[in-house]
Formats: sequence, C-alpha cells, structure tokens
Amino acid sequence: MEVLLVSLLNGLVYGMLLFMLASGLTLIFSMMGVLNFAHGSIYMLGAYFAYESTRWIGFWSALLIAPLLCGAIGAAIEIWGLRRVHHNGHIAELLFTFGLVFIIGRSVQMAWGMLPMPYRVPASLDFPLFTLYGLQFPAYRGFMLLISAGMLGGIWLLLKRTRVGMIIQAALTHPGMTAALGHNVPLVFTIVFAGGCFLAGLAGVIGGNYQSTEPGIADAMGPIVFVVVVFGGLGSLAGCFIASIIMGMVVTFSVVIDASIADLLRPIGIVPRSDDLLGEILTVPVARIGALLPLLMMVLILFFRPRGLLGTRDT
Amino acid sequence: MTRRSAIIWLTLLAVAIVLPWLFYDFAHHRPAGFVISMLSQMGMMIILALSYNMLLGQAGLFSLCHATFFGFGGYSTIHFLNAAGAGELPVPTELMPLLAGLSGLGLAIVFGAMATKQRATAFAMITLGIGELVATAALMFHHFFGGEGGVSTDRMIDQSLFGLSYASGIQVYYLIVGWTFVAALLMWLQTMTPLGRMANACRDNFERAQFMGYDPRIVRFLQFCLAGFFAGIGGGLYAITYEIVTFDAVAAPLSANALLMAYIGGNMVFVGPVLGAVLITLLQSGVSLMSNSWLIYVGVLFIAMVTFAPAGITGIIMAHGPVWRAGRLSRLILPYLRLVVPGIATVAGFVGMVELLSFLTIGAAAGKHLVLFGSPIDANTAAPWAIAIVLLVVGTVWLRFEARYFARVWESVAGSVEARA
Amino acid sequence: MTGMPAIRLADVRKNFGATEIIRGVSLDVAGGERHAIIGPNGAGKTTLFNLISGRFPITAGSIELRGQRIDALPPQRINRLGLSRSFQITSIFPRLTVFENLRCALLWSRGYRYSFWHLLPRARALNEATEALLRDLNLAERHDLPAGLLSYAEQRALEIGMTVAGGASVILLDEPTAGMSHSETEYAVALIRRVTEGKTLLMVEHDMRVVFDLADTITVLVYGRVIASGPPSAIRADRAVQEAYLGAMAA
Repeated sequence: MEVLLVSLLNGLVYGMLLFMLASGLTLIFSMMGVLNFAHGSIYMLGAYFAYESTRWIGFWSALLIAPLLCGAIGAAIEIWGLRRVHHNGHIAELLFTFGLVFIIGRSVQMAWGMLPMPYRVPASLDFPLFTLYGLQFPAYRGFMLLISAGMLGGIWLLLKRTRVGMIIQAALTHPGMTAALGHNVPLVFTIVFAGGCFLAGLAGVIGGNYQSTEPGIADAMGPIVFVVVVFGGLGSLAGCFIASIIMGMVVTFSVVIDASIADLLRPIGIVPRSDDLLGEILTVPVARIGALLPLLMMVLILFFRPRGLLGTRDT
Repeated sequence: MTRRSAIIWLTLLAVAIVLPWLFYDFAHHRPAGFVISMLSQMGMMIILALSYNMLLGQAGLFSLCHATFFGFGGYSTIHFLNAAGAGELPVPTELMPLLAGLSGLGLAIVFGAMATKQRATAFAMITLGIGELVATAALMFHHFFGGEGGVSTDRMIDQSLFGLSYASGIQVYYLIVGWTFVAALLMWLQTMTPLGRMANACRDNFERAQFMGYDPRIVRFLQFCLAGFFAGIGGGLYAITYEIVTFDAVAAPLSANALLMAYIGGNMVFVGPVLGAVLITLLQSGVSLMSNSWLIYVGVLFIAMVTFAPAGITGIIMAHGPVWRAGRLSRLILPYLRLVVPGIATVAGFVGMVELLSFLTIGAAAGKHLVLFGSPIDANTAAPWAIAIVLLVVGTVWLRFEARYFARVWESVAGSVEARA
Repeated sequence: MTGMPAIRLADVRKNFGATEIIRGVSLDVAGGERHAIIGPNGAGKTTLFNLISGRFPITAGSIELRGQRIDALPPQRINRLGLSRSFQITSIFPRLTVFENLRCALLWSRGYRYSFWHLLPRARALNEATEALLRDLNLAERHDLPAGLLSYAEQRALEIGMTVAGGASVILLDEPTAGMSHSETEYAVALIRRVTEGKTLLMVEHDMRVVFDLADTITVLVYGRVIASGPPSAIRADRAVQEAYLGAMAA
C-alpha cells in the first residue's frame, strides 16, 4: 500500500515533467507542423544553464534565467534556421532540428565535459515534506509538482485569455483556416517556438537536479517525450497531458513490479520454458524492462488507434 | 537497361574489384588490411544508404529506424551462421545475405504495417519509437540479441558455392562487392517499376495518386518492406564481416548515419547515397581517429546542407550541368577561387575553436596532448585562441561577402543559360 | 437516355461541424451526357465534387455510380470503378516529368497495380499509349520537363490529361478553364470535347460561355441546394434561376 501511494506521487512528478516537455513539442508541432527533434537537447541545455546560474547567482533566479536563455535560443533557431529552410517543406525543417541534436549535444560536452555536474536540489527545499508509512517524500518533488501545475495553469490562461492563445488554439484544430485568415505571421511562429523551448528549459531546471545533469540526458529524455506525444495523439494538448501522466505512472510503477508475464500465465496452467527468446520475454520481471514499456505501449496504441489516444489530425 | 548505364555499372564493378590491389602491402604480399576493411564497410554502408533512400528520396518518408532492419538482418545472420556451423542449416555463405534480407523483410512487414499508416512527421516519430523499442530490447534480452555483449559467430562454416573458406578479408570483400552490386542494381531497377514510380508520385502529391486508383498507404508499405529487405542484406554482410553483432547495429546512431549519408550525398539522384556512403565512411574513419568532435562537424555540415544545398552534393554537381553544356563553366572559375581562401579560413577557425574548447573540457582531463594542423599547441596560452577567433570571424565575414559575389555571378550565368534554352 | 444514370445523388448532405454545406442534393447524371454544375461562390460545387469522388465522407444520403453505392468508399476504390476527377487547384506531380505524370495516370488501368517486377521502360504498349496521349494534349515537346515547370495553361491541360488517362467512363472536371485567357479557354474547351468523347462528363464551371458551349444539361446549385436542372435553353429562360443566381452573385 505504501509503495503504491509513493509510486503514485512519484509517477505524477515524472508525468508532469514529461508534460512540460511534451506540451511544448505539441504546441510547436500543431502551430508550425515542425517536429522539434532538438527538444530533448533544449531540455538538457536548460539543466546545464540552471546549474551554471545556481552556481553564480542562486537557484531561484536560475528558475527564470535558464528558461529565458532556452527561449532565446529557440527564437534564434526559428529566426535564423527554420525560417530559412521553411520553403523546402516540413521534411527539411525536421532535418534541420535533427542536425541541431548533434551540434547541441557536442557543444554541451565541449563546454561542460562528459561528467555529471553537481547540480543539486537547493538547501531550502532539501527536506522531507511529509512522511508516509515511514517513507519520506522530498519537498523538492512537491515543489516540482507546484511548478508544473503552475505551468499547466499558465498555459491554460494563455490559451484561453490572450490573442496569441486564441490563434494558437485555432491553429490546433483548423491549421489551414488560420493560415488563410492571415494569422500565421512569422512572429507567432517565433513566439510559439521560443515558448516551447522556454518550457523545455523550465523542465530542464527542475528535472536537472531531479534526475542528473550529464550529456546523456538529451538522448534519454528525447525519445520518451516523442513517445508521449505520439501516444497522446499529435496536435492534442489534452491527449498529451493524459499520455504524460500515464507514461509517468508506467515508468514509475514498473520499477517496483517484480512479477512477469509468466506469473500471470501460471494460474491458467501455462509455464513457459525460459531457454528461448519467447521464454525470456515471458519470464523477465517487469522491473527489468521498465524502459521498454512506454515504447511497447506506443506500438500497441498505434496498432489500434493510428492517430493516438486523442489525436484527430493526420499529418 | 541502356548500353550507357550498363557500361557505368560494369565500370563501377571493375573499380571495386581492382581497388584493394592498388593499396598493395608488399611486406605481407596482400592488399593492405585497413583498406580492405574500409572498402568492406563502404560496401555495407552503400547498401544501407541506398535502401534508406528508397524511403527518404523516393517516397519522401523520413525514417528513423532503418538500422533496425539492418541490425536485425545482422543478428539473424549470426544465428544462421551458427546453425550452419553446427550442420543444421545447409545454406552456403554466399546466400546468407539473402536470408538476412528476408529477416529484414519479415520485421519490416510487422513494423511497416504500423508506421506506414502515417506519413511525414507522424511517420518519423513512430519510426523513432520503433527504433528505440528494438534497440532497447536488444540490450535487455539475452536470447537472440545477446544483451550488451551481442552475439558472435565463426563465418568459416565450410559451406561455399565456390569452395571458399572466407578466412581472409579479401574473400569477404569480394562477397561484399558481389552483394552490393546485386543489391544496388536491384534497387536501381526498382526505381523504374510501377511501385517505384508511384512512390515518387505519392511523395509529390499523395492525394492525386489516390484519385488515380492507388492507395498511398499500400505504396508506402511495400516501399518500406523492400527497403527493409535490402537493409537486411547489408546487415547480413556486416555479420559475416565482423562475426559479431551488438546493439550498435540496431541503435539510433546508425539510423542517423543512414540519413546523413543519403542526404549529404543527395537524395534526388540514385547515385547520391552511394557518394554519401563513400564520403561519410572516409570521413568517419579519418576524422574520428583524429578528433573526438566528429559529431559537431557532421552536424554543422548537415545543417549547412539542409539550409543551402537541400539536394546534396550530387544536387550541387547536377546544377552545374546546364552551365557546363552551355560552355559557361569558365565564368565560374574565378568566383570559386575567390571562395577558397575565406572558406579555408572559416573552416580552420571553426575547427580550431572546437578543438581548443573540447581539449580544455574533455581532452586535458584524459591526459592527452593537443595537436592541431600538425603542430602541438598549448591550449592554456592566449595565442591559439586569438588566432582561431580571428580566423573564424574574419573568415566568416569575408566568406559572406564572396558568397554574395558568387551568387550574383551564378544568377547571371544561370539566367543566360536559361535564356538560351 | 435509357438505363440507369451514371451518377445518382439522393438527398446528399454534408456538414462541417455545425455548418451545413450541402443541404439535400438529389441529382441524376445520365450516361454519356455533359452535365455542368453552376452556382455562386460558396454554393458547395467543389464540396459536391469532393463528396462524389470520395475525398470527404458524406453526412447523409447516398451516392451511386452506375447503380453501385460509392459513398463509403475511399477515393482509390471509386476511381477503380471508373470515376476520375480533376482539381480546381492544379494537382500534378511537380517533380516528375510530364511524361511520367501521364504514365502514372495510366498505370492502374493497365493492370500494373503495385508491381515491382515490371520495368517501365520495357512496357511498350504503356509507353506508346502515354506518348499518344501526350501528343493529343499538345505536350509532346514538354516530354522530359518536370511538370512543375510547365506554364499554367499547360499544367491545366496536363491535369485534364491525367484525369482522362485511366480510361474512366465518368469524368469530373472542377473549373477546368479557371484562370485561363480567352484563347487558352477556347483551346481547353476543344480539348475537353475531344478527350471526353463518349464519356459522361460532370463539370463545375464559372465561365458561362464554356458552360453553354459544352453542357447538355445544367444544374444550378445555390447554398447547397439544387434550384433548377435542365437543358441550357430552359435554364437560360428560368426566371427563378436568374433571380436567385444573379441575386446571390450580386450579394
């Protein structure tokens, strides 16, 4: 029971972190038709920027500085990069961001080296928030939830209450119509791309000391965020949110499940041999293949719902 | 096939056969080992790049799981070879790549059925997920994939159509040449079939293809399966050559490499990926030996291509065709020459900056010494930094200036050529 | 006209969200006739084409092609049953040559389907048929030019050629002469007359000269409803049509 509750909370924390990344990706994609492959790289930059500003100024200002820097980089990418290749079509834009992954990845290594950075939770948040059945829940995770919930609220207000938000919303459901009305002005593109990168940077700030700050995190976070977006359905913010939470739960819970498929089959009298691949797949404990589950779920949902959970748009 | 294309194909085959003997190692009385291994790798990469271009260039599909089929063909071949070595599979070594191709095809049918329901961006994301799925599974499962250690074999199974033992690298190289030739030829012929042409059509305008009786999904699916088949052949050759297949053969970097080769070589011309494969293999074995920063160079090159030359190197060459036929190529010589010096300065400055930076953060920690452009350099003094920065800044500004001049000349030349035609 | 109609629409409706664009259209197009649909902008003419050709699903009603229900079929299946359409905004394969564009349009009807074992350069009958069509369209000189580089009028001619190439017996043309000059229009009309000989033609057209020149029957569509249908002379004389149509045009 205690494991269940703690995992539930941890799953929520991780899910919200995923949503912070996935929502930016979805917004950029819905607005511009561009899938930003470098989104994981921006997340990584956010973590490193946060580490650097924490070192020199402090964590609380890092919470603003790092996302702003990421947003500025996003704007620069959009203005000097994507806009130039836009006329060559979406595949060219995709390829452009794909190339950025290499450049950002190696630049980070060049600037900070290959080792993990000692980017730690700030002392003011480094205490147990409450104790649940003898297990402590760190205050920082509560803070992460607070930040991501704040972001969720912020996005909601932005989309519902501002003019740019209206245009973005219209573009989500009726991309052609919005363009025809003359709304797809480059400025909106830049704002959306920079905004998405801002969110990724914010995720980097609170994720960098939650997980770790090392050159591998872009490659670790990138694919799972794509999986979330595909699972939720391209162009659907609600689907994106549900998928983030589901994936957060799946990844967190799988760690503590020691059972395997074979354990499910045993009551009905099927005992697989374990000396071939199928046997291995059936008998491997879920905890060991946690990283595989989101990918499997993506493949499964594509099989039954090619557009994802709540997706309405083909590309 | 026309006589002209037959001559080109046979010439290329002849070059591939003769090439290793041009690098003869007199000490050991055989062609140099490193040349053979590099040429062998080129062969596999040519198959990988060409099969990738069946998707990217011909069908407009941006796949990120092409290594999945390459690697799966490789893993399967290891098991086929092991079975053959144990006397359970009476298939000669020469036909193993065919089995590998069929393995790749089988997996491509499964994953293609899912991925090709979508196109464009969604397709790219789904293939990314598929690639990650298989790569992660390869690390986790010990049966078939061998976990982190991979699976290995002994290629000398003593079953050969021609009585060859495949003990030496040169024998394996000729096996690779043979299969690369056959696979490339088949892929070239495929571009002239109804399916190949409709793949182009669906790339350009899938809706119109629908109103001509074709289901774009089936076109994409079949094209995807064939690409998987050929990638599998490449993987089979990989397994035979290295006798070990690990997670690297299915992982994302190899998929990315397929993309880089096809794109940099040029995805609009059939030979583009061949050129890309040769070039990238050369660069990779050359530059990555000298520098750890291979990825940033290739990333910058790639982005530059996407921005300025989306048709790749072959595209740049092809653009000169009309100018050359009109006899105006000489007018471009001076503008090209004027690009050389600022170009070299920019590249040198950039390389210098990258190497200095990465030496400070990575190399020094590893206790290495920095050698740049043939001379040892102390990265802790100001001079090399100043030189690199000056080269980079001056070079860039100058290059932009010369590029504008070049663009003016090019436009006037191209304009006059067009006007004549 | 005897037998069943080539196309029969029965109370076809189409909603986009809450907006009803097609509000119960019933229409028979007899086999072999040239039928024009006219109407003011926003009347739903192109939408009607998209419904018939399977591009959009209908909301209610039924569409039959020679007695067979087609309203739930995807475009490619409808095409294989012998209905082919052109697009108002030119829809060709811009990076393929003019010749390849036409040959692609011939492939399915010639039984090549998804073959990857036939070599097109060796398909003599297919290539000859393509060449003949190319000459018929007066595009023989543009043989190897990427279709995207053709002039506008040439692209429209190619579009018509691609539409009729597959040998469909029912042809839908969506504003085939839109944006053409006077002489280009005359040429296009002659071309349409020639290539649709003996076929059923359903067309949307704004140019009244073309409509009255080509059509055997005219249907007037206003705000998603048919307000009149009949031979040109009757339509011309129809008081209601004149008022509704001209009134809507003026609005």
